[in-house]
This record gives sequence, C-alpha cells and structure tokens, in this order.
Amino acid sequence: MKLNDEEKAILAGDQGEVMRVALQHQLKVGTFFGAADFVPVTQAHIMADTESLGPAGVEWLEKLAAAGGKNQVRIPTITDPRGTDFSKAKQLKQADWMLSLERRAIDAFVKLGVSMTDTCINYQTIQAPTRGEHVAFGDTGVVIYSNSVCGARSNFEGGPSALSAGLTGRTPRYGYHLDAHRRATLHVRTGWTPVTLNDWGALGGVVGKLAGNYWAVPVVEGLDRAPTSDELKHFGAAMASFGSSALFHLVGITPEASRLSDVADANLPTHTVSKDDVVALHKHYKVEKDVDVVVFSAPQLSLYELRALADLCDGRRFRIPLLATTSPQVKPDADRFGYTKRIEDAGGTVYSGMCFYQSYAREIAEANGWKRLATNSAKIVNILGGYGYVPMLATMEECVAAAETGRIA
Amino acid sequence: MSKVFTARHAMGVRVTGEALVAKDGFSARYDLNRIDGVFSRPAHKLAGQSYVGKILVLDTAKGGVASAWMLHEMQSRAKVPLAIVFNTVNPILAQGAALGDVTMLAGFDEDITAAIPHGARVEIDPEGKTIRVL
Repeated sequence: MKLNDEEKAILAGDQGEVMRVALQHQLKVGTFFGAADFVPVTQAHIMADTESLGPAGVEWLEKLAAAGGKNQVRIPTITDPRGTDFSKAKQLKQADWMLSLERRAIDAFVKLGVSMTDTCINYQTIQAPTRGEHVAFGDTGVVIYSNSVCGARSNFEGGPSALSAGLTGRTPRYGYHLDAHRRATLHVRTGWTPVTLNDWGALGGVVGKLAGNYWAVPVVEGLDRAPTSDELKHFGAAMASFGSSALFHLVGITPEASRLSDVADANLPTHTVSKDDVVALHKHYKVEKDVDVVVFSAPQLSLYELRALADLCDGRRFRIPLLATTSPQVKPDADRFGYTKRIEDAGGTVYSGMCFYQSYAREIAEANGWKRLATNSAKIVNILGGYGYVPMLATMEECVAAAETGRIA
Repeated sequence: MSKVFTARHAMGVRVTGEALVAKDGFSARYDLNRIDGVFSRPAHKLAGQSYVGKILVLDTAKGGVASAWMLHEMQSRAKVPLAIVFNTVNPILAQGAALGDVTMLAGFDEDITAAIPHGARVEIDPEGKTIRVL
C-alpha cells in the first residue's frame, strides 16, 4: 500500500504503540485486499460484545488501553449493543463472570475515548452518515443501511478494525469505498411489496441468499412505494445476515439508483422474487407450535416499533417471557411516552443497550430453559439456529399472541 | 504429481493439514459451537464435525462482524482451524484472521471446494498464495 509520511511515522512508532498496532492491523487487511492506500473516515462504530471478544479479546483491549497513555480515538467512535443490560441481567440469569467481562471491556473502551452508545441503529438515533461519506462501521445491519439507504461508504469493519479506524482516523481503501464495487451485480425483480416487518426481513433474506456473498450487489426493482426506515432496517439486516451483503440498490428509492441504468449494466443476471419465496422462508422456520420465549431484537427496536408493540400489549397478560431490546437513546423516550410501562404491565421486558443474540444467547437459553423462540426478526432466526434454538419467524401480532398463549398460530 | 491452486488473496504462515471441504458458507457466530469446536448449525454441510486443527475449504464467508473477534478468542483456547480457504472472502474473516493469526487464502479461478477432495492432506503457502494437495 502507498503510505504517506504520517502513516510511515506511525508505523515507525512515532505516535506510540497503540497507534502502531492499529495501523499495522489495518495495513495487514488492506494488503490482503490489494488496497492502494488509506482513505480518511469521519466516524467509526465498533461491534464488541464480550461473548465475541471472550477473555482473550478483553485482555487485548485492556493492553491497548494501558499502552494508550494519551492516545485516544481521533474521530467520533461509538459502540454496537453490549452483551447485557446491567439493570436486568439477573432476569436473564446471566452469570457474574459475563458482567465482569462486560465491565472490563467498557473500562478499556472508555480509556481509549470510545463513546458507549451501545446501539445497532445509530443511523436512526445518533447520526446518519451522508451520501459519499467514508466511514468505518461495524454491525452488518449498520453497514448495509448506511451504504444503501444513506449512500455512505463503508466495508464491514469488525471490532478490531473499527477501533483501529477510530484511532488512526482512516481505513484501507478497498471494497465499498470504491466506485467500481458499488455497481449492481444482479438484478432482482419483484411484483410484491411487503407490509409487515417480518416480511420485509424475509424478502431481504431471500435476496441475500440469491446474492450469496459480500461482493454481490443486488439492485431490486418493482416495489410499489418508498419503504420506511424500519422496513429497510429489517430488509437490510436480514440481507446482510443471509447473504453477507453490504450494499443494495432499490430503483427509484435509494440515492445511487434513481434509474436502473445508474447502477446496472444491461446484461446483468436477472432473478424474480415473489411472495411465494417469502412464504417459503417463513415455513422453513415455523416448525413448532409451542413457544418458550418471544424476542423482538436484531436490530434494536425504534421508538415507532416500541409504540406498535405497546399497542399490541394493552390488556394482555403473558404466560411466557417477551423480551424487547432497544438503544439507550430510544429507551428514555419509550419510558417517557409510557411504551415501556404498557409492555411491562403485560409481563414483557424492555432491555436497553443490548441485543438478544449478542448477550450469551446459548448460556441464557440453558439457564432459562428456552429453545423454541418466536420473533419478527428474519436476521435473528438466521443466527439462532447455530445457538441451539428452534427460531420461528412471524408477525409482531402473532408473536405477542404467542406470548399470551404459549403457542404460535 | 500434486495439484496446486493459486489464490488472489493470502495471509499468515505456511501450514500443512487435513482439509475439511464443503460447498457451504462460514461464520464463527452462526455456524459453530466454539466451546466444543464443532460445526453446530444444523443446516451446515459440516454439522457435527470438529474444525479444530483442520484446514477449512469453504465457499464463502458469511454473517456478522463477530467473527473478527472470534478467531482470536478461539485461537486463545486452541479451538481454532489451522487455516481457512474460501472461494470468496469478506472483510470480517480477513480482519479476524489478521487479529487471530490464522492462515487464509481466498479467490480462485476454479471452485476450490470442488478442486480439493474432502479429507485430503494439503499444504498452504501464503507467500506463494498457493494450496497444494499432497
């Protein structure tokens, strides 16, 4: 990679060990992908729950923080959901060692100057990036939304790389930072526009499976209206989860695709996706009638989703746990507007600053006897099979009813 | 004569081991029981098989950003693959390999999951960007 004088000095150790380690890591990744140079970035977002880090990752962070001295992140650097909501960890039956690890990670991040926003919906709650803005975001749902809906430029930046970008203020220029990679590689036609969030997620999952890998960019044509932010949140998060996709275009809707020809060559492979494909994806997961737990998470719920959930909870009494997760930015408003109380009066729980699958999902399943899980998140059904759950995808209404009856329609 | 295949992307050190091959994806979070060191997602073609010390030859990197931390964590407990070889890699697995010191190859002209026999003994040379069936 071509390095400027500052980058050469950092690698020589002139700006301290933390900066050297960070840039060295970025150089290794950039060289692997054939990046020509580094590109300055304006924001970084770090995914770093301790289930992923483990003790080894936390020790790595602590060493970095201890060596840091005055070295802190040089651009706004924020965090993805943590592995717990400390105020409700006992309800989840999380063990003390999990909380201890979380606290150690938080301490290290704070020493490095990271802002603990603990959210995977920063584009709805903190600051959405703008078209053409180069950023270093973690969480695949954040990246695909920022790239596609906002027109920003980011690769999937895992925790170590996003932290490195926060520290150095740059990232290797490859992948979705480059015009060439933002062109569509497959054309998806659909004559059906989803209504519910689970259907938007399932449609994203179907398109993601068609795309199949990180470098594939679907352009979708045929939606009959502009989706809402929450709809595109579920659509993108599921596409990224099922397909490892980081960018999509919607003709006439997303900023880089006013017309199909803006992003697509004439000879692209074309696929047709119908409602039947979405129904088939639902059926693949809906294999049980009894439900142990209902989860609304992945991504964290917006204020509008919590409002809709509160409306459905009125007058009900749940016999199985219903968990909803949101960001620390949304939670105070949900409290102020009474949404939290209405959900919790029915027997549900609203968690702040965490996400279900990033919160030791395997261990809390064993501790609570949870196996059959109902959710309206297509992303989470794709993830939780590997954690031993039987996840089922349904509408928010069906999930709330399941919390009341213990059975899913 | 042994067969040699050349990748476009490579990192890590030279390793030799048994290949675990499948035309399927890979995500440390979605597909693995990292405690026991086995593939655990029921629908995965390698479900139930141990990946520890094996050279994984798979189609594509999948899923979330957690794998960037997880390879490092798996390495710390010696529950890690010896190397990972992909037809198509994503940044997360490359970043994870960089942090976790896992040898990685990606990007071939042929389908590498069809070219390498399951169970074969293979050698990876990151400097030459090659995988060789021994």
